[in-house]
Amino acid sequence: MSEFKLMKGNEAMAEAAILAGCDAYFGYPITPQSEVLEYLAREMPKHNRIVMQAESEVASINMVYGAAGAGFRAMTSSSSPGISLMQEGISYIAGAELPCLIVNVNRAGPGLGTIQPGQGDYFQSTKGGGHGDYKMIVLAPASVQEMADFVFLGFDLADKYRNPVLMLSDGAIGQMMEKVQFKPYTRPETDKSSWATTGKPRTRNRNYITSLHILPEKMEIHNLKLEEKFKKIRENEVRLEEMNTADAEYLFVAYGLSARICQKAMDIAREKGIRIGLLRPITLYPYPYRRLLELAGQVKMMLSVELNSGQMVEDVRLAVEGKVPVEFYGRMGGMMPTPEEIVHHLETLIQYHHAN
Amino acid sequence: MPTDQHVLPETDLIIPACHKEEEEEYEVVYHKPATLVDANMHYCPGCAHSLVHKLIMEVVEELNIQDKTVGVAPVGCSVFAYDYMDIDMQEAAHGRACAVATGIKRLMPDKYVFTYQGDGDLAAIGIAETLHAINRGENILIVFMNNAVYGMTSGQMAPTTLAGMHTTTSPDGRDVSFYGAPIKVAELMANLPGSFYVTRQAVNSANAVRKTRKALMNAFKYQQLHKGTCLVEIIGNCPSNWKMTPVEAVKFIDEEMVKTFPLGDIKVPNTEDLKIF
Repeated sequence: MSEFKLMKGNEAMAEAAILAGCDAYFGYPITPQSEVLEYLAREMPKHNRIVMQAESEVASINMVYGAAGAGFRAMTSSSSPGISLMQEGISYIAGAELPCLIVNVNRAGPGLGTIQPGQGDYFQSTKGGGHGDYKMIVLAPASVQEMADFVFLGFDLADKYRNPVLMLSDGAIGQMMEKVQFKPYTRPETDKSSWATTGKPRTRNRNYITSLHILPEKMEIHNLKLEEKFKKIRENEVRLEEMNTADAEYLFVAYGLSARICQKAMDIAREKGIRIGLLRPITLYPYPYRRLLELAGQVKMMLSVELNSGQMVEDVRLAVEGKVPVEFYGRMGGMMPTPEEIVHHLETLIQYHHAN
Repeated sequence: MPTDQHVLPETDLIIPACHKEEEEEYEVVYHKPATLVDANMHYCPGCAHSLVHKLIMEVVEELNIQDKTVGVAPVGCSVFAYDYMDIDMQEAAHGRACAVATGIKRLMPDKYVFTYQGDGDLAAIGIAETLHAINRGENILIVFMNNAVYGMTSGQMAPTTLAGMHTTTSPDGRDVSFYGAPIKVAELMANLPGSFYVTRQAVNSANAVRKTRKALMNAFKYQQLHKGTCLVEIIGNCPSNWKMTPVEAVKFIDEEMVKTFPLGDIKVPNTEDLKIF
C-alpha cells in the first residue's frame, strides 16, 4: 500500500490518470478544474504520455475521439459550460462506441453561472446530454479519494463496455484537499485490435470508426445493440453506499458533495432521535432504482438533497413508484446548505407528513 | 418489338482488355489500386470525389503504406469515404476532422494521417479546428475538396462560394457585402508557420489530375519529415449542384473558379528540408 498524500481532488484525479495508464489527455482551461490540465502538462511528459491544451472543448473531445478510436486510453476534463460544448463529441463517441473518460467538475449554472460548486448538470449527465439515444456510465465521487479511485474504475468500465464514462464531480470536491491513497492497480486485459484504427495490415479487414448508419434498418439494429449494452450496464454496474439504513424510518438520498453534507445532517438528526439513513448513489447512471424501491417499503419518507432545483429527485420518485412521499431540498447558484439547515427542513417535513 | 435505346448493340460492347487466354500478350499499363475498395460509389456523374479518392489510394499503394495510414472522413458528400478506401479510417463529426486527426497522429506519430474534408466542413464549421491544427504544425495531410457549394445537403452557399454565384441559399447570387468574400483557404493557411506545404490543384483535365496526384504524393511523403501540416486544396467539380453538365462543370473551373482560386503551389518546402528524398 502506498502512503497517504494530501491532495486537491483535481490533482488526485490527474495523478490517478497517469497511474491508470492514460495515454493522452486533451483539455481546455476552465475554473474550477484548470489544475487538471496544469498538473498533467507538468507530469505527463515525464511518462512519455500525450497532454495537449486544445483550442476549445469542442476540439479536445474530438481529439479524445481520435485517440480513443486508435485504441488508446484517452480522457478530458472540464466544467459545466465546457461540458456543454462537448455534448456533440460525446454523442458521436457514444454512437461510435469509443471507450474514454470525461470528467465534469460541476459548477453552478445556467449559462456562465458561477465558478462555485453545483449539481445542476445531473440531467445532462444521466439522461443523455447530446442528441440521440445513448447513455454514459456516470460515477459521482464524494471525496478526493473517490476522485482518484473512479479514474481507474472509469477507464476499466469504458473499456469493458466500449462506452464513454463520465465522472460527475463538483467544484468543491475538485478544489478541496483531503488525504488520498493510490492503491495498486492492475489494468484488465482488453483487446481492441478488432476495431482500433492502427493501420490496416493485409491480414485483416479495414477498421473504421463511425456513428453513421444511413439505412434506417441498419441504424435501428445499431440502436438495439446499444440498448442491449445499456441494459447490461443497468444489470451489472449499479453502485451505491448506504449508511444507517438498517433501522431507518427516513432516508436522505444524495450524491457527491450533497451526500457529504447529508452525512453530517444525519448525525445531528440521529442525536435528536430521528432515525434517518442515507443512500448515496455512486453510479448516477445506472441509477439504484431497485434498492430505493426496497427501502420504500421500509421508510416513511425520502428526502433528496441536491445542489440544484430538483433533478435527481425525479429519479427517486420514479424508483419508489409512489409508495412513499419523496421530498426535495436544494440550494443553487453555488450556495451550499449547512447540515443544520437540512435537519431543520427535515423536521418540518416530518411534522407536515405526521399531521397529514 | 419494343426498343430501348440505352441497350447497346452487341458489337459495341466493351471487351475486357485482359481476356484470360490472351493475358500474356498484354502489358498492364494501368490498374485500379488494390487499396481502393471494389464498390459502386454513390457520387454523381462528373463529381471530383471519386477521382480524388482513387488518387489518394494510388499514392497509398505506391508508397506501400496501407498498414501505416489512417484517414479521417468528414461530414458531407464524402462522408462514406471509408466505404471506398481500403484503409483504417475514422468518421469525424462535422468540421472536427483536424481535431480527430490530431488525436490519432499525436498518439501514433509514425503513421500517415490525413483528413478529407469539404469546404463547408473545413472552412465553415471546422475553420477553428483546421486553423489550430495547422498552427500547431500537426504532421498530417489535409485534403481539402473545394467545390464552392454544400454538396450533400444539395447546393447551399459555402464559405468558398464565388461572388455572385447562385446557390439555393443565395438565390440572387452571393452578395459579398452581406456574406463577405469567398475564403481562400490555401492562401490563409499558408500564412501560418505551422504549414509546410500548401498547394491548390484541380482534377478537371488529365494534366490537372497528374499534378494533383503529384501534389498528394509529395504531401504524403512529407509526413516523414515531421515538419508541419500539408494542405492540398483541390477545386472539385460539382455538376449536380452547379446545375451543369459534367462537361460544363469542367469548363466552369477553368473559366470561373480559377479566377478566385488560382491553381498552383502556394507554399513549398525549402530544398534543405527535402534533402532526405
